[in-house]
Amino acid sequence: MNILLNGVMVVTGLGLAAAIILVAFSKIMEVKTDETVERVREVLPGANCGACGYAGCDEYAKAVAAGQAEGNLCVPGGAKTAEEIAGITGRASGAVAKRVAVVACRGNAQHTRTKMAYQGISTCHAANRFFAGDWVCPDGCLGHGDCVSACMFGALSVEDGVAVVDRELCTGCGACVKRCPNHLIQLVDDSKASAYVLCRNHQKGGVTRKGCDVGCIGCQKCARTCPVEAIHMEENLAVVDPAVCIDCGKCIGECPTGAITRILAD
Amino acid sequence: MKQIFVILVSAILVDNFVLSKFLGCCPFLGVSKKMDSALGMSGAVIFVMALASAATWPIQHYLLEEMNLEYMNTLVFILVIAALVQLVEIILKRYIPSLHKALGIYLPLITTNCAVLGVTMLNVDNKYGFWESVVNGIGAGVGFMLALVLFAGVRRKLESCDVPKAFRGLPITLVAASLVSLSFMGFAGLAENMFK
Repeated sequence: MNILLNGVMVVTGLGLAAAIILVAFSKIMEVKTDETVERVREVLPGANCGACGYAGCDEYAKAVAAGQAEGNLCVPGGAKTAEEIAGITGRASGAVAKRVAVVACRGNAQHTRTKMAYQGISTCHAANRFFAGDWVCPDGCLGHGDCVSACMFGALSVEDGVAVVDRELCTGCGACVKRCPNHLIQLVDDSKASAYVLCRNHQKGGVTRKGCDVGCIGCQKCARTCPVEAIHMEENLAVVDPAVCIDCGKCIGECPTGAITRILAD
Repeated sequence: MKQIFVILVSAILVDNFVLSKFLGCCPFLGVSKKMDSALGMSGAVIFVMALASAATWPIQHYLLEEMNLEYMNTLVFILVIAALVQLVEIILKRYIPSLHKALGIYLPLITTNCAVLGVTMLNVDNKYGFWESVVNGIGAGVGFMLALVLFAGVRRKLESCDVPKAFRGLPITLVAASLVSLSFMGFAGLAENMFK
C-alpha cells in the first residue's frame, strides 16, 4: 500500500511543482506580442504564395502590423482582404489590381508538329534541357505541366499539349510565371481588355511556320494596322503594350496566323 | 575520459538513434524534406536531449531510487521533460528571441518525442554517471542531426529522379531510409576498437 501511495504522491507532487513553476515563469517572463499581427494573419488567405513579396502570410502580417507594408499587396485575398486589413490597421489601402496569368502559346497538338517523342522525365524543365522538348518550336509550351504543379489554386491544366489558365480560379500570385522554363506565362491586368500576342517565338517567319500554324511570323501587319501604335516588333515577334492598346480589335483581324487574341476583361 | 569518447562515438555512429535504434522516425521522415528545417529540428533535438539527460539523472538517482520507484521512470521522465522544455521555451522567448525563432516550432514538437525519452531511459539502463548521461544525450542529438542531414540530401536527389508511379512519395522515401540505415550497419564494432 505504501509503495503505491508513494508513487501517486511523487508523480502528483512533480506535476504540481512543474505546473506552479510553469505558470509562475509564464507570468514573470511574459512577452507582449502585438495583437495586430495575429488579427492581420487571420484575415489573410494562408496560401503562402509569396505574391506580396514576403516569405509567407506570417511575414507579410508582421510587415503590415509594423507599418512596413501596404495592406493591399495580398493578391489571392483581393479587395476583400485589403478592406479587412485596412479595418484592423486603421490605414486606408489602395485598390488591389487583380491580375491573371496568360500562357503565351496556342501551339496544341493540332497546330504544331513534334520533332521527336520525348520519353524522359516528365517535367518541362527536363524536357527543355533535352533539345528543347518534343515540339519543333523551341519557345512553345512544353506541355509537361510544371506550371500545373506550381499552381496552388488548381487554375492551370494542360489541354492537348498546351497549358490553359482558368481565369475564374487564377489569383495572379505568379507562382507559375517563375516556373515556366520558356517564360511563356505573364500576369496581365484583369480589368482591362486588350489584344495579346500568344507567341514567344523569335525565329524568322518561315522557320516559325514550319513548326506551328498559329505562331507569330513577324509580318508586322498588326504593327502597321494599329491606330495607336501599341504594337512594336522585337526580333520577328509582335509585342502589344496593354497600357496603350484601346482594344479596337483591328490587329486581330489582320493577323494571318491568328497569333493575336483578345484578352477579355471580366 | 576514454569512456566519454566511446559513448560519444557509439551514440553518433554505431548506435545511431534513428538509423540503428529506429527511435524518432516521425521527425526523421517529416522534417527531412528541406535542409534548413532539418538543421533547425536537429539543433532543437541536441539541445533538448542534453537538457533532458541532465535533468532526469538527479531525479532518477535522488528521488526515484531513494523511494524504490524506479518502475515509474517512464511516466516521471515524460512529465519532467515536457515541463522542462516548456520552461526553456518561455525563458528563450524572453531572453534569446533569435534562438527561439531559430528553433521555432520544433522545440515544443519534440518534448514528448520517443528519441528524447529513449535517451534518458538508456542512460538509466546503461547505469551512466551524470556527465556520461549528458554526453550520451549530446551524442544522440548529433547522431540524429547526422541522419537527418544525410537523409535530406538523399531526398533532394530523389526529387529529380524518375520514380515509378507506384513508389512515388512515401514508399520511395522509406526504401531510401532503409538503405541509409543499412549503410550505418558498417559502423558496428567501431567504438570498441577505435580506442584500443
